[in-house]
Amino acid sequence: MNKNGKLLIAPSLAWLSIFFVIPMLIVVAVSFASRTTYGQVVFNWTLDNYIRFVEPLYISIFIQTLVVALITTVITILMGYPLAYMIAQLPKKWQQPGLILCMIPFWINFLIRSYAWVIILRTQGVLNTLLLKAGIIDMPIQMLYNEGAVMLGMVYALLPFMILPIYVSIEQLDRRLLEAASDLGAGPFTAFRKITLPLTMPGVAAGTILVFISSLGMFVVPDVMGGAKSALVGNLIQNQFLSARDWPFGASLSIVLAVLSLVLIILYYKAIQAQKGGERDAAKDVA
Amino acid sequence: MQQKTWRSHVLLAYSLAVLAFLYLPLVILALYSFNDSRINAVWTGFTFKWYEQLFHNRRVLEALTNTLIVGAISTVVSTSLGTIAAIALHRYKYKMQNAINGLLYLPILIPEIVMGLSLLVLFSQFKVPLGKGSLIIAHITFCLSFVVITVGARLDGMRADFEQAASDLYATPFQCFRYVTLPLIMPGIVAGALIAFTLSIDDFVISFFVAGPNSTTLPLYIYAMVKRGISPEINALSTLMIGAEILLVLLAECLQPSHKAKEED
Repeated sequence: MNKNGKLLIAPSLAWLSIFFVIPMLIVVAVSFASRTTYGQVVFNWTLDNYIRFVEPLYISIFIQTLVVALITTVITILMGYPLAYMIAQLPKKWQQPGLILCMIPFWINFLIRSYAWVIILRTQGVLNTLLLKAGIIDMPIQMLYNEGAVMLGMVYALLPFMILPIYVSIEQLDRRLLEAASDLGAGPFTAFRKITLPLTMPGVAAGTILVFISSLGMFVVPDVMGGAKSALVGNLIQNQFLSARDWPFGASLSIVLAVLSLVLIILYYKAIQAQKGGERDAAKDVA
Repeated sequence: MQQKTWRSHVLLAYSLAVLAFLYLPLVILALYSFNDSRINAVWTGFTFKWYEQLFHNRRVLEALTNTLIVGAISTVVSTSLGTIAAIALHRYKYKMQNAINGLLYLPILIPEIVMGLSLLVLFSQFKVPLGKGSLIIAHITFCLSFVVITVGARLDGMRADFEQAASDLYATPFQCFRYVTLPLIMPGIVAGALIAFTLSIDDFVISFFVAGPNSTTLPLYIYAMVKRGISPEINALSTLMIGAEILLVLLAECLQPSHKAKEED
């Protein structure tokens, strides 16, 4: 029984090997291929698709993507941390409902959530209509299809990804440390700065990884809320596969995206391990 | 707990503002699905006509059918595969434990767009026609990891002594599984299935790459409509989807172990 029981994992592993690992390997292969004028993939092992990255157009898209991802991450921390902190301070029975309230938008797809902003921001939209009626403006303002709109949409889409990990780390915080700080005469602000903030950094780091990686690969928000100038790497990849039909170039872009994401995850994992080790050493020192 | 100071009031006000930021757009979206005017944001009267139109639109009903078929089949398959895998992982130590965990978690960590296009490349290399079949395969693939994690959490929270007692009382391994383990982890399995179903009916990015012309799902239909322009029917359809998803998530939440554990505290 035991020997056979171990094989229960096999169907899932087989499924993921066929429909996850093999497709990724094919994408790697395609990224070193080239294409005919009709978009047919020809395997001739070339580095051309990677060399193309240095073209100014693509470099600017890469930089734009990184900048948007960075700003999105910073804003979601600034918005998400206080909210997560407040939920963790609520009485126990209100914490779960509070958390569910933050998580519901997480389950609604980016498309519908971006479209909600289109309703608000378009020239005949809710905001322009309100401003016109109030007499603040006399001409509708174009608020959509620019970089600002994309930033707003990204923050809106990814905020729930930041709240959950931060909440988890605040919730796990040892409250006795705060009591000790208060007994030793630290004010609430000092206690927060010296204890809560440093000890909840792993949560912020986890949220950062989630938000940063998700924004690197995002194409729905710029597609719905952005204009031609606010294209990100995600849109570039989407175009290579669906309109330009340059699969090898699209494949090389997505390999870079996947590798970058994995490197960030591994760095995060290593950092967390190192910190855990550090804490253990510190505990030993105290003992 | 800190004393009530002006700081805690500022924190509360700020948090409520962030929550409003999360919900206001969704509320406005839902509100305007009941507005009589087709193009303007000016409120001209309450109506259900956009919802009525949806239910008379053949293409919407077709997309709904596709969404439900794909959702149901991928939920059943991913929940079965995922539950079996979670039980195996809980029971046995594997030599390549790290590699196995990596394989199970990677589909969640990799950007969705990369997963979508890699499946598109796979299907085109092996001449698999794009349609409901390719869609179901893709959905099973991204749901599987979530099921393993959800059922795994339930198994980890389960006390081992029930299974021990059953085998001490001469239950066969099958009886032990059927009458002890299965009922105990059932809430986890149902929660996993609900999450899989929610992910499937909500998915846009991966479906966008692997769906064929005759396998349009609701999110894909909404995308096509958004690209053509604004219409209150999109609001109505989106509102219905949001409602269905909130319902499913709340159901799954009621079945999660963390919730139960908190109540017992």
